[in-house]
Amino acid sequence: MPHRLEVTLKPELLDPEGEALRRKARDYFGTELHAVRSVQILTIDADLSAEQLATIRREVFTNPVTQVSAYAPLPIDFDWCLWVGFRPGVRDNAGATAVEAIEDILGIRLQPGEAVYTSKRYCLKAAGLTAADAERIAGALLANDIVQQWKVFPAADWDPATGVGLVIPKVRLDHVPRLTTFPIDSDAVLARISDERNLALNPRDIPTIRAYFIDPRVRAERAAVGLDTPTDVELEYISQARSDHCNHNTFRGLFRYHEPETDVRSTVDSLFKTCIEAPTLELQQRKDWVVSVLWDNAGAGRFDDRHHYVITGETHNSPSNMEAYGGAITGIVGVYRDPLGTGKGARLVMGGYGYCVGPRDYDGELAPRLHPRRLLDGVIEGVRDGGNKSGIPTTFGQVLFHPGYLGKCLVYVTAVGIMPAVVAGRPAEEKTTSPGDLIVMCGGRVGKDGIHGVTASSESFSASTPAGHVQIGDPYTQKKMHDFLLEARDGGLIQFITDNGGGGLSSSIGESARFSKGAHVELEKVPLKYEGLDQWEIWVSESQERMTVAVRPADLERFMALSRRHAVESTVIGRYTDTGKLHIAYRGQPCAHVDLDLLEAGFPQWEFEAVWRSPEARGLEEPVVGLPADVQGLLLDMLARPNICSREWITRQYDHEVQGGSVIKPLVGAGRDLPSDAAVIRPVLTSRRGLAFAQALQPAYSAIDAYHMTANAIDEALRRVLAVGGDLEHVGGVDNFCWPSIQYDAVKNPDGRFKAAQLVRACRALKDLCLAYGIPLLSGKDSMYVDGHLPGRYGVTHKISAPETMQFATISVVPDVRRCTTMDAKVPGDGVYVLGATRDELGGSEYYEHLGYTGRNVPRVCPAEFLPVYRALQKAVEASLAASVHGVYRGGLGIHLAWVAMGGELGLRVDLEAVPAEGVERPDRLLFSESAGRFIVTVDPAKQEAFENMLGGLPWARVGEVTAAPALVITGRGGAPLVDLAVADLKAAWKKPLGDLV
Amino acid sequence: MKRVRALVLTGYGLNCDQETAFAFDRAGAEAVRVHINALIDGSVRLADFQVLAFGGGFGWGDDHGAGVLQAVRLKTNIGDQLLEFVGREKLIIGICNGFQALVNIGLLPGFDGDYRSRQVALITNDCGNFRDDWVHLLVTAASPCVFTRGLGALDLPVRHGEGKLYADSQVVARLEASGQVVLRYAKPGGQPAGGAFPHNPNGSIGDIAGICDPTGRIFGLMPHPEAFNDPTNHPLWTREREVRRRKGLESLTDEPTPGLRMFRNAVASLQ
Repeated sequence: MPHRLEVTLKPELLDPEGEALRRKARDYFGTELHAVRSVQILTIDADLSAEQLATIRREVFTNPVTQVSAYAPLPIDFDWCLWVGFRPGVRDNAGATAVEAIEDILGIRLQPGEAVYTSKRYCLKAAGLTAADAERIAGALLANDIVQQWKVFPAADWDPATGVGLVIPKVRLDHVPRLTTFPIDSDAVLARISDERNLALNPRDIPTIRAYFIDPRVRAERAAVGLDTPTDVELEYISQARSDHCNHNTFRGLFRYHEPETDVRSTVDSLFKTCIEAPTLELQQRKDWVVSVLWDNAGAGRFDDRHHYVITGETHNSPSNMEAYGGAITGIVGVYRDPLGTGKGARLVMGGYGYCVGPRDYDGELAPRLHPRRLLDGVIEGVRDGGNKSGIPTTFGQVLFHPGYLGKCLVYVTAVGIMPAVVAGRPAEEKTTSPGDLIVMCGGRVGKDGIHGVTASSESFSASTPAGHVQIGDPYTQKKMHDFLLEARDGGLIQFITDNGGGGLSSSIGESARFSKGAHVELEKVPLKYEGLDQWEIWVSESQERMTVAVRPADLERFMALSRRHAVESTVIGRYTDTGKLHIAYRGQPCAHVDLDLLEAGFPQWEFEAVWRSPEARGLEEPVVGLPADVQGLLLDMLARPNICSREWITRQYDHEVQGGSVIKPLVGAGRDLPSDAAVIRPVLTSRRGLAFAQALQPAYSAIDAYHMTANAIDEALRRVLAVGGDLEHVGGVDNFCWPSIQYDAVKNPDGRFKAAQLVRACRALKDLCLAYGIPLLSGKDSMYVDGHLPGRYGVTHKISAPETMQFATISVVPDVRRCTTMDAKVPGDGVYVLGATRDELGGSEYYEHLGYTGRNVPRVCPAEFLPVYRALQKAVEASLAASVHGVYRGGLGIHLAWVAMGGELGLRVDLEAVPAEGVERPDRLLFSESAGRFIVTVDPAKQEAFENMLGGLPWARVGEVTAAPALVITGRGGAPLVDLAVADLKAAWKKPLGDLV
Repeated sequence: MKRVRALVLTGYGLNCDQETAFAFDRAGAEAVRVHINALIDGSVRLADFQVLAFGGGFGWGDDHGAGVLQAVRLKTNIGDQLLEFVGREKLIIGICNGFQALVNIGLLPGFDGDYRSRQVALITNDCGNFRDDWVHLLVTAASPCVFTRGLGALDLPVRHGEGKLYADSQVVARLEASGQVVLRYAKPGGQPAGGAFPHNPNGSIGDIAGICDPTGRIFGLMPHPEAFNDPTNHPLWTREREVRRRKGLESLTDEPTPGLRMFRNAVASLQ
């Protein structure tokens, strides 16, 4: 019989969780709650004695200093009680650890099927709160119906004896696993099966798949093992491997690019090969620090003689869009498995994030599934718990608001790891599987979660998207596995390692088996969360926190002993072979037998029409705007714009210092509150070397030309690592494209050809800029279909496509962290320098956006012109000539001069006339142009001569000086005063929108 | 002289073990990272060490109260060994999650030789959220704590969601009276934070950031001394460097950081 334990804080203690709900109810809905008390509920579905129950209540689940508890509803006064619990099958991390503690303290093992389920109830005191209000708080603040269930109790309906009742969200499938085979009489039949089973097979792939299964050789081989027409396991395997998410069909597609105005035509055969692989291979020849690129879960660069670093990026857009917390925590915990699965395994040392969401204060008529504010809250919290509980510092990130992300949000996550250069006498970046190696699955168990996640992210979001692919990541289980696998690596016990992410075992075994050229899998050995999964479900389930490892039989005993030591579950589920076949059996019965090279040959390339229309042809013009009379007011309002204002509340929720190597933090300056250009860590504590890391995205420029969106993102990300002391000769990049659908359809996607042209142009910029700047692409990802169909007035749905977005991450090795710089002005009397020319480039700028325009003069990136400046700056930093360095980014000089002053809590006196400029004189344009390639540097007067000599004939100017009086004073032509604002007022304006959030 | 041996616990979601071991190494000790289960199964003997470090992290995901399940596992399986370790006048430090574990095991506050009772709690920050920031700290000069000898005011990072120290008023009064309140959150000027956020980042009673047992050999604190193992960890180090450069000094001081000095004090007291 189940038992329900309620635990709450003693009444005299503040209840921060209750207070948080009170605050949110007020902020979100203007609903005033007088008091909220939260109650933790453990529903213990296990056969325990009264004495055992008393022990665990007293010794484990109740803190005698602060809590009270009972196996009966606690008598807490309320007007409304809201209960929230998980749906069956949703990962309940606290329930799982409760079982561990119960077993430990009682010295017992719970029986199969016994479990503990956690839930909460909130006791609301609020006079006049209606049932609808209560329902809204439960459904729109506390719970998400995808993963949770809830009940609303008015005081009058509360039975003090039964309380919330006994809800046991146990999965009961009552299903006998069954293998299904499918007829393939015709392509149409296979297409119908694909639709019915949500396989998302591309119609163009269907003839190839069918041709394989009717090939007489294949038929004969299959007959020999007892198989005939394809099984569900086989079709799911092919579907997963051929999905755009796994196979990158879009980036490997054939693009017919056309510019009608000039009648320029070209064909691009694979954007990946021409714009990513080719430049990276070329740069690998030139850069001996590039260790491993283009094949593994993450790319690797040399950190020092004894270590490599690895880096990769991911997105988790679709799941986060539906269940923000679950999607985001699964995303960050998931990307952390990539370095762990790179080479023979890397230790995680750093993470980054990028969130693109709709306006936080959106009050328009469209109804996204989650309001952007709630969505952002959930995403922030998901990455917080995922990163912090993994013990990995989250050192850098950015948030961007744009209405285009109402349809689908973007959640970028980046992971950096470090590995010894040599493991057990072999290069750590190498790995392979060999016939006879055992296939070992480590970590979590397999359930129905995440099934069809990969195929769902390859489609636009609509009401029929299966919700089952949303999961809740479990950083605790993964951290245990991480520690275990690194110890196994150092013991030489790992031959090959890769993660189970998208596609689950299907992907991890399918890909690792290509090295040995075959695998034999026994699916019944895979440990399950609950019985009743079909074979295909076990094969493609994306249940999290799992790695697939190749272990030599001779090493198995040591491997398993280490696994037990770390309390990690590891199971041999098959062996690698050299048969050329992926053979899968379940209790001795074959359920798949396919040639591994089926996926490598014969599938038709995806094809896209790409038609570019220039900004001119699209009617974009520069706006006709006069001079602002109130430059001060303008600057203050610009500082408060959503994409400029302080986001300190997010940064502080993230542990950015764990592992003890923090050098440049995400927040810097005298008040520790200005965003740093980049983060720097010492990943090897005994070394002075550092890793500088930054990210940038500039989707606003896509409204003009995605080529320049991409170019500017790369230039910004490069300048960011240079600003803190990065080395221009050693900068690695990670590209991460998020694009709306580019497949033209006259009805469903009438501008698909233009979006395809934008993608071609963006990839060309990627190639051009990476080659020019010498940035090899250490890793990269793409996520297409960033579109949503949102209901609006009259029940009309509207398709919302995200602006074409590419986040670019940079990583650089700093030879000695003691030479790193920060962006804040340091000492009064220092000279203020602007490096790089300011041009009339306000197209897509924050300033134009503020005034309601797009414009046309998008900033141009000119590497040939910028590189000498970057080189000179690097030399100056190495020679300790710069007291502060800060890049000029979104918002332009006005914003970034203000930041330099705010960072130092010192004043700046700046003569705008002195700013190096080309073709621009107006103060508003000088202040808010977003020309690339620029820096603001402050320099000790004693070092100014040396600094100026280093810059020589490059575009630079001394534009003013740092002052002790904390005010930003900017003068225009002839010394005319434009701005005279106290730094405190600048900070207040910048912090006003989001500064009160904690 | 034989090197002092320090055991740094690992496993079950703990982290900070690498940098805690590094800090002990820098302080002259021989630090060994040991999985909790290696102590439980006897393959590593606690008796072979002079210092035991409960480091930061999220043991068991911090579910059911930070440090609670870690305390259950240790108390259940090696509770006697821990008491014996304490009885042999060895040193224990609990940092952040480790501090939370110490109060839940009962090793702190350790009144009257009772190292089993839970009398102090570390609970959810008043601000309701996890917070990473640097804080100013004041050291109680009269404290018996061996880790803080010779230290005055210092800065350290805090990184926690459950760091609010709470106890009955008699318990707090006794901690104060006996010098067991080792560290207090302070304002930039050096006066106690007086509960003001963010100087007191969590709403701790009496601005308490760290306490010790009556002997001073068991020390628990929410801030992370191991994360101030190098001058470049400090948030203002680039500003400090610039000031020093103008005075013609070396860019960075080569004195040990206040964080490392805590580990050095521990090692020195055992030599």
